[in-house]
Amino acid sequence: MDLVKPEFGLFFWQLITIIILIFLLAKFAWNPILKGIKDREDSINDSLNAAEDAKKEMMHLQEKNQDMIKEARAERDQMLKDAQSARKRMLEEANSQANEKAAQIIAKAQETIQADKKAALQEIKSEVASLSIEIAEKIIATKLKDDKSQQDLVERMLKDVKLN
Amino acid sequence: MLTRPFSSLFLLMAMFFLSTSNTLANDQLDEFNPTDMIMHHIQDSYDWHFFDIGETPVSLSLPVLLKTDKGWITFMSSEFHHDTEGEYVVEKNGQKVVNYHEKAYVLNEGESTLKFDANHYPENAIRPIDLSITKNVAAIFLSVMVLLLMFPRLAKHYKKSNKAPKGLNNALETLVLFVRDEIAKPQIGEKKYMKFMPFLLTVFFFIWVTNLLGLLPGAANVTGSISVTVALGLITLILMIFNGSKDYWQHIFWMPGVPVPVRIILAPIELVGLFIKPIALMIRLFANITAGHIIILSLIGLIFILSSAGVAFISVPFALFISVLELLVAFLQAFIFTMLSALFIGMAVEEHEHH
Repeated sequence: MDLVKPEFGLFFWQLITIIILIFLLAKFAWNPILKGIKDREDSINDSLNAAEDAKKEMMHLQEKNQDMIKEARAERDQMLKDAQSARKRMLEEANSQANEKAAQIIAKAQETIQADKKAALQEIKSEVASLSIEIAEKIIATKLKDDKSQQDLVERMLKDVKLN
Repeated sequence: MLTRPFSSLFLLMAMFFLSTSNTLANDQLDEFNPTDMIMHHIQDSYDWHFFDIGETPVSLSLPVLLKTDKGWITFMSSEFHHDTEGEYVVEKNGQKVVNYHEKAYVLNEGESTLKFDANHYPENAIRPIDLSITKNVAAIFLSVMVLLLMFPRLAKHYKKSNKAPKGLNNALETLVLFVRDEIAKPQIGEKKYMKFMPFLLTVFFFIWVTNLLGLLPGAANVTGSISVTVALGLITLILMIFNGSKDYWQHIFWMPGVPVPVRIILAPIELVGLFIKPIALMIRLFANITAGHIIILSLIGLIFILSSAGVAFISVPFALFISVLELLVAFLQAFIFTMLSALFIGMAVEEHEHH
């Protein structure tokens, strides 16, 4: 029965030792160890979260980049379109201006021509008149031997003048 | 093909066994008492005895500390001269001390030798208060030293870096995490477990290390002695009592939700249950470890009982197998003790939802 009968001495030493051991290890081992493990777990969790955030941020940035590229492309297209239309407009403008000018020049030229023509006709008329007068004078001088022929001549001449 | 060497070995063994058993049996059987041998190995002693060289025992002498009405008696256990039959009398401060079956007795005044009554109990001596550093106490101190060498070193690691430790520290950390995540948290609960972690970790590693050291040849059977497990169980009981929630005590003394007569019957049962729980703990650990030691010693003892070296071919592999099994049991018992302590504490601190 000695086997199952507790001995006071051994019980006493075991109790004292284990209590001291609990306090010693709590102070110098368990608390620092558990704290260290907890800190590490926290830092791992934080790192994982940070990595996830970074990933999200990157996705976001990528999306933003895509948007920016799209925008830039749209802008470029717009600019090209604008430039094209501007060119077209400018060409049209230049064309119409040129046409206008040409028309003006032509109109002016025609005016001048008209005026010159008028002047020339005037001159020719007066020349013709004087020539006619000269011719008439000569013819008269030669043909106006009698009154009747004079009268005929005058009449004829008047008729002719009207035609002109 | 493989069986041939085995069968020939067995045959050889059998022949050896047959040839030697007759010659040795007669003169050695009466000398060898297996019960004494086993009891000697699993019980505490004043000396730490390792082995004998011829007739000379090789042992470590440990201090004997006794307290009687007349004061302290202290001497080294070597002064018993390895006597355990109460024959060699050590005289200190006018008091005579004898070692009878590894228990120190102080002889009554005027007596010079130990006398026994009809039941073989010493009749002219008293047992003093015995605070000797016995073999088991020394082994406890050894376990404490091992623990103090291992864990403050692990703690230092976390001051230097917050990376996972390497080597032994990593293994220890895994076990610490095991106690935290598999024992404390599920049994006690996320909110309250931290308070009990020092106790649970210390008890777990103390029992485990002590069990393992106990398996070494010549080592003490610390966790297999009832005094040690009583001390450990007592701490669990104290923690249960001092951390019991209002609900817990109410469930013990005045169980809610049952008729009054049943409450009166339940109260003593529950109260006994409070004490049975740690008692079951201490008996389980004590019995498991002692049983393991007894099996190994019995298997080895078989060689001497049958007085045949041939038996060793069976006994030693069996003892080896049991020893390896004991390595598992060493861990298992540490785990079970800690687990159940956590469970009992968890039951005590639990706050019930009101039904």
